[in-house]
Amino acid sequence: MEKNFNLDIISPESILISEKVNSVTIPSFEGEMTILVDHIPLITFLRPGIIKVEGSKQSQFFAEEGTVEFSNNTLIILSSTITSIENIKNQNISKIIEESKSQLTQDNLSDKAKYILSHKVDTFLKINQ
Amino acid sequence: MPSLDDLRKRISSVKSTQKITKAMKMVAAAKLRKAQEMAEKGRPYSDKMDLIIQNLSKAINDPSNAPKLLVGTGEDKTHLCVVMTADRGLCGGFNTNICKLAKKYFDEAIKSSKNLKIITVGTKGLDQLKRDYGRYIIKRINLKDKKKLSFLDAEEIGKQIVELFKNNEFDKCFIFYNKFKNVISQIPQQQQVIPAKVENKNKKDEEVSSYEFEPDEDEILDDLLPKNISTQIFKAFLENSASEQGSRMTAMDNATRNAGDLVDKLTINYNRSRQAAITKELIEIISGAESL
Repeated sequence: MEKNFNLDIISPESILISEKVNSVTIPSFEGEMTILVDHIPLITFLRPGIIKVEGSKQSQFFAEEGTVEFSNNTLIILSSTITSIENIKNQNISKIIEESKSQLTQDNLSDKAKYILSHKVDTFLKINQ
Repeated sequence: MPSLDDLRKRISSVKSTQKITKAMKMVAAAKLRKAQEMAEKGRPYSDKMDLIIQNLSKAINDPSNAPKLLVGTGEDKTHLCVVMTADRGLCGGFNTNICKLAKKYFDEAIKSSKNLKIITVGTKGLDQLKRDYGRYIIKRINLKDKKKLSFLDAEEIGKQIVELFKNNEFDKCFIFYNKFKNVISQIPQQQQVIPAKVENKNKKDEEVSSYEFEPDEDEILDDLLPKNISTQIFKAFLENSASEQGSRMTAMDNATRNAGDLVDKLTINYNRSRQAAITKELIEIISGAESL
């Protein structure tokens, strides 16, 4: 049997990807996780980070938030802020980093917002390298 | 009997109106195709979102602890109605149909002595509702200067609604919009978004509840439910914009046809009076010659 499963990445505007893949690494809220075939049913959500897809070809996406469901060997990623890495690279990354950093210094942030923002900064720094 | 000159003016004015309605129909047809495409592309997102929420809510064993967005406040006093209409007119019964449905519901709510709060999205709905229900309107959202509606706009409205809910401003929330069935028929819809409607499908889905949740159900629901509201509103946006264009296309098609009929009628009238005038002149000339 082939070791692949269905992946659907869906944004409100379109379906970004819908194909058979071998593994997907997602930045789940509590840490990165890799999903392989026959994973147990799972529902989780994302923090800012990179989604790595390995199938017949490799691709990477950036998402700020999103919801993930895995069941019956079908992985569904729903996100309204998802774009492919190539798109991100065309944007002014250093500006986004600056903006997020200045938001981080505000006092009235909740822990959750801080956590999300710091991951956003980290991810963009990584992309910028 | 209008004079020949008057008739000529009428004909040319009706013809230019016809030109405008024809152009509007063409523009609406082009926009409709785009709007329909968008609506179709947006459908999987909201469908899948629905599915996940259904699965999640099945996994919740203790409803008293569940997030209020899912199960409601337990009361049924204040209703928030979000009436979504277009910003432009000349689209047949589109705006009126939504308002009619909304008004019917408002009257029922007032009769059963419920508190009513209204948010209007789009200016046309506001115009129709402000006279009778002006004092219930708490917010007016205007998207007139937005060229293309994006998910962010829907999210913005969704956030405002969730904010109001957290401040205990209302118990139930409904949205009114037009569902796009096909080009000639759009069905005004009333949809409950808070508390989220969970259909109880008693299927053999026993094993579905064996999901692994990370972090846990409550936190996922906290994250997911506000998003679901934005998604519902975005869906309503898309349906609405497709319906608006469809409705405008039909209305303008009718208007063009009517203008054509009118031009035909006026032309016959014009020709008859022209002929009558010629005949009259001839008779005058002949009788003048005879009398000599």
